[in-house]
Amino acid sequence: MTDAALPRRQPFALRFPSVMIFLAILALFTVGVTILSEGFGIGVISTSFIKTLGKTLCLCLVALAMDLVWGYCGILSLGHMAFFGIGGYAIGMWLMYARTEIIVLESLAAAELPPTAQEVSDGIATQIFGVVGSSEFPPIWAFAHSLPLQLAAVIIVPGLLALVFGWLAFRSRVTGVYLSILTQAMTLALSLHLFQNDSGLRGNNGLSGLQNLPGLDDVPQATVSLWFFWASALALGLGYVLCAWIVSGKFGSVIRAIRDDEARVRFLGYPVEAFKLVIFTLTAVIAGIAGALYYPQAGIVNPAEIAPIASIYLAVWVAIGGRGRLYGAVIGAAFVSLLSTWFTGGQAPDINLGFYTISWVDWWTVLLGLSFVAVTLFAPKGIGGLVDILIDRKSPNRHGADLGPDQGALREQEADK
Amino acid sequence: MLRLAAFLLVSISLALPAQSQQAEAPIQQLLQTHSEIILKSSRRTIGPAVDALANSGLPESQTVLDRWQNKEMWVNEETGLFVFAEEVDRDTLRIFDFADGSEIGVVPDEGFDQLKPNSGIRGMIATALVQFQLSDPNPETRQRALDAIERGAEESHLTALRASIPQETDEALLTRKKRLERLLTISYGEADQERIEAIESFDGDLGVDVRAALNPLLAVRVEAAETVPEDADVGRILKPGSEALSREDAYDLLVRAELARPRISLDDQRQALIANIADGQVAGIQVATLDTQAARDMAYAALAEQGTVTAAATEAEVNERLANHVFYERYVGAPPEVVAAAQLALKAIENKVAVNQAFDLGLDALSLASIYFLAAIGLAITFGVMGVINMAHGEFIMMGAYTGYVVQLFIPDYTLSILVAIPLAFAVTFGAGVAMERLVIRWLYHRPLETLLATFGISIALQQIAKNIFGTQARPLTAPGWLDGSLVINDIVSISYIRIAIFVLALLFLALFLFVMNRTRLGLEVRAVTQNPRMAASMGINPDKINMLTFGFGSGIAGIAGVAIGLYAKVTSEMGSDYIVQSFMTVVVGGVGNIWGTLLGATMVGFLQKGIEWFNPSNTLAAQTYMILFIILFIQFRPKGIIALKGRAAEA
Repeated sequence: MTDAALPRRQPFALRFPSVMIFLAILALFTVGVTILSEGFGIGVISTSFIKTLGKTLCLCLVALAMDLVWGYCGILSLGHMAFFGIGGYAIGMWLMYARTEIIVLESLAAAELPPTAQEVSDGIATQIFGVVGSSEFPPIWAFAHSLPLQLAAVIIVPGLLALVFGWLAFRSRVTGVYLSILTQAMTLALSLHLFQNDSGLRGNNGLSGLQNLPGLDDVPQATVSLWFFWASALALGLGYVLCAWIVSGKFGSVIRAIRDDEARVRFLGYPVEAFKLVIFTLTAVIAGIAGALYYPQAGIVNPAEIAPIASIYLAVWVAIGGRGRLYGAVIGAAFVSLLSTWFTGGQAPDINLGFYTISWVDWWTVLLGLSFVAVTLFAPKGIGGLVDILIDRKSPNRHGADLGPDQGALREQEADK
Repeated sequence: MLRLAAFLLVSISLALPAQSQQAEAPIQQLLQTHSEIILKSSRRTIGPAVDALANSGLPESQTVLDRWQNKEMWVNEETGLFVFAEEVDRDTLRIFDFADGSEIGVVPDEGFDQLKPNSGIRGMIATALVQFQLSDPNPETRQRALDAIERGAEESHLTALRASIPQETDEALLTRKKRLERLLTISYGEADQERIEAIESFDGDLGVDVRAALNPLLAVRVEAAETVPEDADVGRILKPGSEALSREDAYDLLVRAELARPRISLDDQRQALIANIADGQVAGIQVATLDTQAARDMAYAALAEQGTVTAAATEAEVNERLANHVFYERYVGAPPEVVAAAQLALKAIENKVAVNQAFDLGLDALSLASIYFLAAIGLAITFGVMGVINMAHGEFIMMGAYTGYVVQLFIPDYTLSILVAIPLAFAVTFGAGVAMERLVIRWLYHRPLETLLATFGISIALQQIAKNIFGTQARPLTAPGWLDGSLVINDIVSISYIRIAIFVLALLFLALFLFVMNRTRLGLEVRAVTQNPRMAASMGINPDKINMLTFGFGSGIAGIAGVAIGLYAKVTSEMGSDYIVQSFMTVVVGGVGNIWGTLLGATMVGFLQKGIEWFNPSNTLAAQTYMILFIILFIQFRPKGIIALKGRAAEA
């Protein structure tokens, strides 16, 4: 950023008005939804739609992470939904354990003898793993009884996985499409692993019943859904500020430089791998947190959620929203996922062509795929590009040559945020 | 056959005048001796009667057994004599004498009781009949008898089999009989020496029947004692807590041998405690405090002291007992010398089986490798040569497979339809590839990430379109009849013809690729354009056209691969995505831009996956997981693949 060289820096909020605008819109939205909700307001918006909105906010958060790693740092990771899923699994383990524990304790309370710890544990394990024909806790459930430890796992497991994977990949200079394919392979391996019944996470059944908070059976879902909605909004707001702060300083300049020409940055003496690793790990952690907020609202997490296609959709959202700008990712995720819900939910009216009826449930994916191609080809700035038109911001004209000698380098139009 | 015999008997009996039954004939005597159990007709007690008939040496006993089995044996209620009979009508019987098969006369069926052996008894009779059938003049009957022996051999069969061998005239049956005789000798031979000889004669035989005959000889019984006895039939020493013998089993063994007190299961202990609750207390201990195992043990011990329950072994006692005893296996299947011979033979067989299994695994791996190679070879062109990353490649494979399916809808002859489908699949996917290159990819050259994403969009759309047209269920792509079945080399090694065909196809593709790239003008221009498009253009090559054709060529090959893969697996809209990651892995592992690298990559991936499956059979998911992890690690050490391009080509 050129303004880094100014003698006195303006406050962060003034330098980036978009952050303040975003936070204001988010706050207004949250308050508005709360007023219209069933739980605390006049009941215009149904509980299930509150959940959809809450989930959408989580998707916006993971899209933000994707934008940071791809739009700003140029690493097209096709594995961030895996981190998202891991976050969901981590919190899901506690939710499922704690709730089953309450149920088992209730059923054992009627017994003549007070239950031993072993009996309680066996009862829980039979309840949880009965579907995969097991009645013992696998080692990875060792901490499932503890909320703080599982919350820590939400951050540590995706972070550690990203750290190790990123270190291996960046260290051997795997870049560009190779890295994309490698991250996709990682996602595939993880989902294949979880699909096995003996993975210890209930195979393709996944973890279910996550919408019920243990010990809070008396609280109606209308209220619980709002709690999660607020938490998701708060997480998105904080995540946005964090990402904006990261990309605003010198650190942000370096990662953008890495995106535009990695070799030059390395030549200038920056430890490119370390920068990439930090961004990769940080975004994985954000994705994990988003997943931990998402899956209690969705109610179920299973290996299909981690399949490579999910991460591709994530890239689709960010690209359609406009990568390289934080609000673009949020707009893209919200717009596409809500539209997707609308179309696949069967609410969109079918189009009768006389000889053939286009049923959107079937054809929405086709439309999405093709519009994605169209956005890539004709509107690389995505929906966020509309903002540029609105505020009449133009890209500087430097005759549109390649920014670097490397064919993989971005062209100038894209490099300009 | 039986019918013919019956007809002969009837005709003979018609010729003879009706006469009274021969009550003194030896066969009738024999039947009378066992008449009580025959009439009782119970599977548990019938044994001696069937054995007596089978071993009587009387020629008539086969007739008796035959008739009995067919529910044609009747008994005269008055005299208790047995006859066989045909029902003339509902109330009338034509009865015959067992002694000479002669007709006795036509009588009303009152006064005669039909014997109705149940299926268990009929099975026993059938076994007994085998010895007669072994020497039957009809080879088919003999063959059936041999089948019956193979299904359930008995000691008595051995003698009968040996007796029938000298008379056997049919060469094939004789071989079979001899082999069976040796197998039966292993199981039932009287002298140890002949059993050992029979065992040794099967050295290295891969037949399942040999292993089935040898394994029972090695049957063991686990025993416990203070010290290991010096007997010759003592096998391995087992350690309690090892895989072969858990601590629980070991202790149960001691309990059964009355060398230790029984333990009480946690559930029984709980029940016992519940049964003895009085005033909220068990043996003076508050019920509410019984929420740990230690407290429950204590309460139970207190109860035992009072004498209300039997004392159970404590953990310390269990440990002590287990430590004081040794556990060993005792061979109970055969005498020690035979066991030793069987062990030796089994070891030799197992070694041979292992070698053959390894060979079979190698064949499997090779065929999997050729499938990966087929799936990847199109990518080797578009990604390896042109550097265009095409995520819709898998969908081109799918399009090829669906083309094959549609062609089969119109051409019912499978051979012809495959011959039509292959060029048609090439044409369809070539067209799709060219269209995609013209419409999308050429705008995105030098922007690989965008290409990746745009082609992903196309892949999603194509997949959904296929789903909309063909539905979600799998469609069959049937292979021609001459590809059915498999090439069986021995009991262990076999490979289906389809896999051989795919292997051959993969080789053909390799040859085609090498020919096109190295021997044709197109190949020369492709190499020129990929190395330096501007220089190539100045030499009069049209890079646009070449790019279009190359991409079409790669896509077309994917289409043909789709037909081949469709023959081997089911055709679904998602079949492409099953292969896409592995295909890219194959190309990347092998080294981009080099067909030999792709070949090596496919071989490595195929062998690796089969190898991992071998360690953990029945779990393909785990094999795929570990394979991908391995590849991720492999790329750490050879980021440019097995065969890395060097020099200028590497920078292109």
